[in-house]
Amino acid sequence: MDRIDMDRLKSGEVNLGTSIMAVQFDHGVVIGADSRTTTGSYIANRVTDKLTHVHDRIYCCRSGSAADTQAIADIVHYSLQLYTQEFGAAPPVSSAAAIFQKLCYENKDALSAGIIVAGWDKEVGPSVYNIPVGGGSFRQPWAIGGSGSTYVYGYCDATYQEGWGRGEAVQFVKNTLALAMGRDGSSGGVIRMCVITEDGVERLFVPGDQLPKFWEGHEVLPAAVTGANVIDPVPMAVE
Amino acid sequence: MTSIGTGYDLSASTYSPDGRIFQVEYATKAVENSGTAIGLRVKDGIVLGVEKLIHSKLLVPGANRRIQTVDRHIGMATAGLLADGRNVANRARDESSQIRGLWREPPTVKELADRLALYAQAYTLYSSVRPFGISTIFGGVDKTGPSLFVVEPSGVCLGYHGAAVGKGRQLAKTELEKLKLSELSMREAVIEAARIIYIVHDDNKEKEFELEMSWAGDETGGLHVPVPADLLAEAEQKAREALETFE
Amino acid sequence: MDHFPTNWGRPRNDMFDAYGTYPIHQRPDNRPKDTFADSVQRTQQPIVTGTSVLAIKFKDGIMMAADNLASYGSLARFKDVQRLHPVGRYTVIGAGGDMSDFQHIQHILEEVQIAESTQQDGHELGPVEIHEYMSQVMYARRSKLDPLWNSLLIGGFKDGKRFLSYVDLLGTTYSASTLATGFGAYIAQPLLRKAVEGHEDDLTAEQAQNILEYCMRVLFYRDARSLDKYQIATITAEGVNISGSLKLQTSWDFAENIRGYGAQTQ
Repeated sequence: MDRIDMDRLKSGEVNLGTSIMAVQFDHGVVIGADSRTTTGSYIANRVTDKLTHVHDRIYCCRSGSAADTQAIADIVHYSLQLYTQEFGAAPPVSSAAAIFQKLCYENKDALSAGIIVAGWDKEVGPSVYNIPVGGGSFRQPWAIGGSGSTYVYGYCDATYQEGWGRGEAVQFVKNTLALAMGRDGSSGGVIRMCVITEDGVERLFVPGDQLPKFWEGHEVLPAAVTGANVIDPVPMAVE
Repeated sequence: MTSIGTGYDLSASTYSPDGRIFQVEYATKAVENSGTAIGLRVKDGIVLGVEKLIHSKLLVPGANRRIQTVDRHIGMATAGLLADGRNVANRARDESSQIRGLWREPPTVKELADRLALYAQAYTLYSSVRPFGISTIFGGVDKTGPSLFVVEPSGVCLGYHGAAVGKGRQLAKTELEKLKLSELSMREAVIEAARIIYIVHDDNKEKEFELEMSWAGDETGGLHVPVPADLLAEAEQKAREALETFE
Repeated sequence: MDHFPTNWGRPRNDMFDAYGTYPIHQRPDNRPKDTFADSVQRTQQPIVTGTSVLAIKFKDGIMMAADNLASYGSLARFKDVQRLHPVGRYTVIGAGGDMSDFQHIQHILEEVQIAESTQQDGHELGPVEIHEYMSQVMYARRSKLDPLWNSLLIGGFKDGKRFLSYVDLLGTTYSASTLATGFGAYIAQPLLRKAVEGHEDDLTAEQAQNILEYCMRVLFYRDARSLDKYQIATITAEGVNISGSLKLQTSWDFAENIRGYGAQTQ
């Protein structure tokens, strides 16, 4: 058998269609995600939290199968607790990413998971790892993922600059996610963000009706009223 | 085979030795026997008027209309054989629909009249058909403004400020030339058109007639529709009054 | 056959990477194994699609609503599309499904109206005739295995009578005092029935609009192919009125303190 029967395994899958993102800045990282969870085109949850705590200063953004990514995050969470017990110190982001990568790579046939790992550690400071489907691991200054990300690569490439501070990074994440959510039907709802620094984790929230606004098509004007003001048809005068 | 007509008038596909097609000329005669039809292109629209001769008192008033609607914004008036007019109207509706399907915009009066001219001309080429016994005035408003065209049995198509076909065309043309057509409003044109039809109608020779009128332009929201009954009555009243002072 | 518009066609199916972008879309190859996968496909599929249309009867006539989105699979491609279309002086037609087919329908209805008006016999097409005509067109096309991939609501008011009916790509028709297509048939229809049935002759225009607005909001919350920008058509004895686009008010503040998917607290 060359392929697992995904039909039997995954029918009725709950998906994090998703727009997710992480950006490194001088003293920390900003991570962000939309809040939509879908089965097909039905929105199963419009206020999902896709920013998942795996250690004090390490979070992940989940995209793909909700069930798969939750299971993976749970295992990583457990592993990092184990690490802390063994070494008596917080694990580095690189080790967290390594565990995610190992799980995703060794079970690639069974999983549908695209994960961004980001956080702060005392060895290297802030860092972002992108672990796409297939189980590779790539360290990047900024990473985007999920179905919505394909619509905003151009925006990110044109906008990102090195040397940003916290404020610029937060604004970048907010704008990027709003643009992705505006175009991707599988993304939407609210924007949740976390700013992770040495000092702690701060949660940020943008309600779905207060997202940054961009071009939304031409204004749709009312159609002219028909009925009044229109000439009546004249019947042929035949008695 | 030397004198005129002999043998050269049996088919539209045969020229006479001096280069004429008699069948086309006979078709023109059919037009000349018909009640007059006129068209006026004025400032804000067009007006069509027809002197419809009543062949029989048994006919229901309003029957056998000679002004027909081709598309929302285009109408036509014919002089000549009634049935040929119906055929051309149906063809015009098909052509109009085709143009709409191709360009996804309302056809201009010119492109429609040009197409019907090609249609009429095709009936001058074959021995198996006869040319149309009608002249048709196409009038309407399109993106170029008000416009008026006449298609003859020969397939000739020309644009006019004012057009007249049928029995009384000469007198009608003389009257049309006296008007400043490009300064007239549609309402004024209705009055003038009614007056002209009444003038050209020969009371002594002819039977009774009905005045049939339609218009298209700013007054009608760009639609081709019959002139409203009250305005038509007013125009006919004024036409009768004008007739008494005429000449 | 699955005649639920949101499941129609390739781009709407999230499981299938329509544009060969794998793995950029991060989607696994878990396409369903179709018994007929190797057979010849003779029938087209919708590409640029609109989602639900809602319509109800009220005291003075018919009210209809549809959002302004035309999707390309999961891409929200056009956000300024009108899915409510006036037909003459008495009728509005609202369309879900393929937007190119809807544009074609608009064109043929224009032709039919011109053909009717050039007769100048005093007859005009009302909602009853438009619906009958569309049902014949839709059935004829599906019988040629080339359906017009839409579900349509046709509503109107003529000669003192209101009319509301449905027709879809199969030529199926039905009529009721509340109708909804696509996702709306599942989510909005029960809400509409509860609010409208038995009150058709009492509901004011304002009440009718509030009911539709409420349902459009619920649909925006739960349909991943919907938009918070929509229009409302009202057809009464006064004629046809189609509003400019309206924006839905939504609430999200309750979500601020939700954390994780289980035990997570931070």
